[in-house]
Amino acid sequence: MPYLPFLLQGALVTASISLVAIALGIPLGLALAIVRWQRIPLLSQLVALYVSVVRATPAITLALLIFFGSPSIGIVLDATTAAILTLLINTSAFNCEIWRAALIDFPRDQLEAARAYGMSPGLAFRRVILPQVWRTSLPALVNEMTLLVKASPALAVIGIVDLTRAASRIGAATYRPLPPFLAATVIYMLMVMLLVVAQRHVERMVRERYGTG
Amino acid sequence: MIRDFAVALAHYDAYLNGLWNTLWLSAATLVLASLAGAAVAALMLARNKAMRLAAAAFVDAMRCVPFLLFAYLVYYGLPALSLQLDSWACGLIALVIYHTAYMAEIVRGAWTNLSREQIEAGRAYGFAGFPLFRRIILPQLFFASVPVIGNQSIYILKDSAFLMIITVPELTFAASSVQSTYFVPFASFVIAMLLYWLVTLGIEAAVKRVELAAEVRRG
Repeated sequence: MPYLPFLLQGALVTASISLVAIALGIPLGLALAIVRWQRIPLLSQLVALYVSVVRATPAITLALLIFFGSPSIGIVLDATTAAILTLLINTSAFNCEIWRAALIDFPRDQLEAARAYGMSPGLAFRRVILPQVWRTSLPALVNEMTLLVKASPALAVIGIVDLTRAASRIGAATYRPLPPFLAATVIYMLMVMLLVVAQRHVERMVRERYGTG
Repeated sequence: MIRDFAVALAHYDAYLNGLWNTLWLSAATLVLASLAGAAVAALMLARNKAMRLAAAAFVDAMRCVPFLLFAYLVYYGLPALSLQLDSWACGLIALVIYHTAYMAEIVRGAWTNLSREQIEAGRAYGFAGFPLFRRIILPQLFFASVPVIGNQSIYILKDSAFLMIITVPELTFAASSVQSTYFVPFASFVIAMLLYWLVTLGIEAAVKRVELAAEVRRG
């Protein structure tokens, strides 16, 4: 396969853009979830609307809107920034719901105990809530990461030479599109499986360190 | 900006046409993938080990593949098998096969969580065979999986947008062609987004209604 290096280069682009979006999307999702959880007036309703709209929007439509639509409102973005923004907006909405579910389920008595010990709300959040909430959210967060990788081929439509576009370029050049797309599919499967294996590993580590829960 | 929306909305028939195509593609996928998914779920729970493994391998593989890549494989793969189909047929086939795997997993999950006592109680009351399935098993499977099926419907709706790449004239394709003719990208894709949102709100309202009906049944 003479075109394998080009395909792997595309895979690297897919992996790096996905990783940046994941790294930014998890804290952004948490911030949005806190706004909802604390019921901050107005902001909370805005976040709910944001989540509802983004959850309904296909990644490809969002990518087209951000890349081609942003100049109409006076912002010019290069394709890479638009790509990261697309995945970030998409994943932060789903992460918000994951964090929020964990925060809502958090036992109240622990919060009251922290307050009784004189912890400030910020300290209680960092030392009591967050260490437990991330453990319960982890499986769902990793699941969302796999969904992000599976949505990332949408970025090919705005000219990002990711794994999908690399495969379609090879197909166009060789007039045989099937082999590069098969190879690309296998690489995507490996990426998703890698995430799932990493998740199992981290979950086992968490269990061994903190016991069940 | 307001002028842009006016320009885009002057071509409302293009959006409605795209929306209609998105809706029927998604609805057909939901129905066909549910039926096929139930069959695959039955294979996953079959006594024959080879069948079980094959069904599980299919489901696991599909859950690791991005939908667009699978659509490309169908689009370029079927002609290689000397099957000449248009982009509509390819798009629908890709959507159905892909979501069959997800539906199979949903049905299998609901089946595994089904309470055995209910089935035994049904047997004790003289239900057997098809009436047992139709009256005791199916309603419980259905009501237990409605929220997840609603969620999956939203994924079907969103995956159908990928079909624009293989030139199926669905909603995103319609928005894209209006914007490229009249240079109103922002307005055009916002309109498409709002239409997707409305459909999703409709799906969520339908799920709520069914859940309410389930509660009434339970009494």
